[in-house]
Order: sequence, then C-alpha cells, then structure tokens
Amino acid sequence: MKAFFFLLLNVLISGLYAGDNDPDMADALRADGKIWVVIIVALLILVGLFLYLFMLERRLRKLEKDKKGS
Amino acid sequence: MKNSWWKILCALLLVYTFIAGFDGEVPARFILNETIRNLYFHVPMWFTMIFLFGVSTVYSILYLRSSDLQHDRIASAAANVGLVFGILGTLTGSIWAKYTWGAWWTNDVKLNGAAVSIIIYIAYLILRGSVEDEFKKGRVSAVYNIFAFVMMLVLVMVMPRIYDSLHPGNGGNPAFNQYDLDRNMRYVFYPAVAGWILLGIWILSLRTRIAKLESQIP
Repeated sequence: MKAFFFLLLNVLISGLYAGDNDPDMADALRADGKIWVVIIVALLILVGLFLYLFMLERRLRKLEKDKKGS
Repeated sequence: MKNSWWKILCALLLVYTFIAGFDGEVPARFILNETIRNLYFHVPMWFTMIFLFGVSTVYSILYLRSSDLQHDRIASAAANVGLVFGILGTLTGSIWAKYTWGAWWTNDVKLNGAAVSIIIYIAYLILRGSVEDEFKKGRVSAVYNIFAFVMMLVLVMVMPRIYDSLHPGNGGNPAFNQYDLDRNMRYVFYPAVAGWILLGIWILSLRTRIAKLESQIP
C-alpha cells in the first residue's frame, strides 16, 4: 500500500515537474523496478510458446518415424 | 536434436529481444515516448512476412520447373505462415497508430497497400482450395503467386514512396534508420529481425512436414 502511494506520488510529481521539454518516458515505472514484472510476464509467454513448438516438433518427428516404419 | 541449433538460436534471439527490447536504452521522443519499443515487435512482423512470401515465390518458380509437389507444399505453407505474420503486423500497427497518430486506421497508402496485399494472399489460398487436381492446383497457384509477390512489393514498398505517407520510411517522412534508429536500438533491432524470421522458418517447416504427412494418407 505504502509502495503504491509512493508510486502514485512519484507519477504525480513527475507529471507536475516534468516540464514541457522532456518527453514522457516510463521513468517512474523503471525507478520502481516494476518493468521487470512486465518482462517476466512476456518472457513466460515466449518460453511457453517455445516449449509448445518443441513439443509439436517431437510429436511430428514421431509421426514421421512411424510413417517410415510402416 | 543435431539439426535444431537454429531453433535454439531463434529462442535465444527472441528472449534477448524481449529483455533488451523492454529494458534497453531508447531515444526519448515526443508522441512516440516508450512506444518506440514497438520497433522490435511490429516491424519484424513485416520483415518476416516479406521473407516468407519471398520463399513462397521461389518455391513456386521451382515448382513450375520441376512439378515436384514438395515444392508446391513449401510454397503454400510459406504463404500461409507469411499471412499470419502479416495479420499480426496489421493488428500491432493499428494499435500503435491509435496511440501515436490518434486513429486505429488511416487511409494511408502504406496501410491500405498492406491491407490489399493481405487480401491478395488470402485470394491465393482460396484459389488453391478451388482446384481439385494436385498438379493443376500447383501450376495455377504458382503462376498467381509470382504475380502476387510483385504486387505486394509494389503496394508495400514502392507506392508509399511515390505518394505521401504518414508511415515512417515513406513519402517525406524519415525512416527509423535515418536518425531515429540510433546505435542502441540497432543492437536490439537486428537480432529481433533475425529471431522473428527464424521463428517464421520454424513454423513453416512444421507446416510443410504436416502437409507432407497429410499427402501420404491415402
């Protein structure tokens, strides 16, 4: 809860004092370290997809081998 | 597993893309803000699509020379997988456009050209589905496919450069690689393109092998 308010405050303050000359980047998010949550979530999806592809690969190879044997 | 090294390379490249793509240094720009990172995800979709459509065309030409149905199977699978990447490119581009240009879709030459290209390739698959005889199907669709590739290049690469386009890299707009794509971004962008293209080849190989197995079922 405390961390959440700190983040909120951070965002509000950075919004107030960012000025017109700085493009808005996700500084507050990164300062809080939470961009890693997004990276981990995205990586999990990616790793899941790759595991699935390798599984498909295995099943296909088995089918191809059975085909050759028959 | 001896022929799988490039699949592992593909996984490593994309894992690197996701880590460096989210956390790497990017130039700060107005309007674009952090969405500049979409460069690592949206643009490679199109590179992969064009690569796969290119593979499809090469195998169509090979088929016309050889009448080997395996060439036809690869051509059709490559068009199929390329279409998936093209649709993903359109959807991701639409989201990016909404938050930077302010609209999901604009009547931009580049955007409409991409949409028409996708329809051209959907027509290729419909054409394939409508011919019964395997060899005839291969020949008719191979000829169409060669024209489709040329049309796609004209619509996506040539037309937007002749007319004015909002899309970077076209009309009067600078491409990312002129000054927006700075050094830090290149270190992520090129591995990203290689990784996504390898993923496309991987799925293409799976589809081709399935098609081959299906053809052996009497």
